[in-house]
Amino acid sequence: MITLHNISKTFATAEGPLHAVSSASLEVEQGDIYGLIGFSGAGKSTLLRTINLLERPDEGSVIVDGEEFTGLPLRELRKRRLSIGMIFQHFNLLNNRNVYDNVSFPLEIAKVPKAQRRQRIESCLEMVGLSDKAKAFPAKLSGGQKQRVAIARALAGNPKILLCDEPTSSVDPQTTGSILAALQEINRNLGITIVIVTHEMNVVKAICNKVAVMEQGKIVEKFDLREKNIAPQSPIAKYLFKNEITLVREMEASYA
Amino acid sequence: MLSNISSAWPELIQALLETLYMLVLTIPIAVAIGTPLGTVLFLTRPNSFLKWPRFYVILNGFVNLIRSFPFLILMIAIIPFTRMVVGTALGTTAATVPMIINAVPYFARFIEQILLDVNRGVVEAAESMGANKFQIVWKVLYTEARSGIANAITIVTVSFLSYSTVAGLVGGGGIGDFAIRYGYYRYQTDVMFVTIVIMVLFVQAFQFAGNYVVRKLDKRL
Ligand SMILES: Nc1ncnc2c1ncn2[C@@H]1O[C@H](COP(=O)(O)OP(=O)(O)O)[C@@H](O)[C@H]1O
Ligand SMILES: [Mg+2]
Repeated sequence: MITLHNISKTFATAEGPLHAVSSASLEVEQGDIYGLIGFSGAGKSTLLRTINLLERPDEGSVIVDGEEFTGLPLRELRKRRLSIGMIFQHFNLLNNRNVYDNVSFPLEIAKVPKAQRRQRIESCLEMVGLSDKAKAFPAKLSGGQKQRVAIARALAGNPKILLCDEPTSSVDPQTTGSILAALQEINRNLGITIVIVTHEMNVVKAICNKVAVMEQGKIVEKFDLREKNIAPQSPIAKYLFKNEITLVREMEASYA
Repeated sequence: MLSNISSAWPELIQALLETLYMLVLTIPIAVAIGTPLGTVLFLTRPNSFLKWPRFYVILNGFVNLIRSFPFLILMIAIIPFTRMVVGTALGTTAATVPMIINAVPYFARFIEQILLDVNRGVVEAAESMGANKFQIVWKVLYTEARSGIANAITIVTVSFLSYSTVAGLVGGGGIGDFAIRYGYYRYQTDVMFVTIVIMVLFVQAFQFAGNYVVRKLDKRL
């Protein structure tokens, strides 16, 4: 579904060139919920953003649904972007549009006639359980509700892929659960392939079937989480997996 | 004292109407030209959407140039131009020419700054949905910036109420002209006082109306 091949991206900064992503390759299959995990600054967001070319890689190829994206003219690329939804840590909703009109936004971009928009918007809002908030403005919603509006908005264009950049990193733990549940439901019921960037192993454990660990711009290890024995080799992967185990033990201790 | 005021009253009303006329001409034109101009400034800035660095340097320099003229000097300097446009350099309509020339880049700067304040994340979200530049400006930037734009219109209106009085110095009429004649030449303090009260009420009313609109448009909180 998505093939990233030898992606590199360097930013020019005041302190000199910054290799945000170095020769990263990734294969995401149809129906995957693929996690990208790593510490802050590892290059996860940059790599994710190359998938819809919000970030154009200096090197490497981006192949989505069998099509090489990097060579496409901008006009064509914009059409492809309609079938790739994206959600963000800070939701990025239009504050001056109500929930209904936010979900309507991608349909307007795609020039869907008004009469056809209505049904689509309503069904998307229903999918995320926010039909009753259609008239509300984002400022009046909780973080979890905002993210669900963002999910509804991302679904409006009937995407095959959903890109998520730290979708649970600015909400509380309970809300994290409801957002992840919504993502899993979308994946299962609509068959949408999901790539999710996070720094929390809990998120990966909760919904991902595969995960790639990033450090300093490189993908250091990949895991298929459906396998029985997961034996991380790299120090960072060991740390991330172990950290999780420690958390569990602490939780058990607190129940004891 | 009351007789002073009542005898000046018709002229005061006349002067207020002239001032209003200047504003009604200046502000809409400043908004109509300043908005696209400010948008272009925003779009062509370094690290913005359009990579036209030389165009930006020229446009930016031009805006700065006009902005750097003190209003009175601008007014005198462009008299030949005003004559060309209006046919005369005297009168209320002629006075609006320098006002408009001053207001357009002023308003454009406001727009540029307001658009800069729009959350980049929302723009990025729109890009991720395949929005083109025109859609981003129209559907994202202007939507998110609308209360800021209303606020800028309020500020520019109040500022130009003040600038319009300078026009009085060169035969433009209006409330400034009235103040010079009654307050300065005839030294009628009472008339001056009434004028000031009316101006204060005007400004308060503009500001109140402006704030009301801003609040209605702003859904961010
Ligand atoms: N547009 C940019 N300009 C300069 N540096 C950037 C830019 N975007 C990201 N970076 C830098 O690249 C590195 C990787 O960033 P990012 O992909 O956001 O990491 P992560 O999402 O893993 O936290 C960071 O050091 C970040 O500061
Ligand atoms: Mg990030």
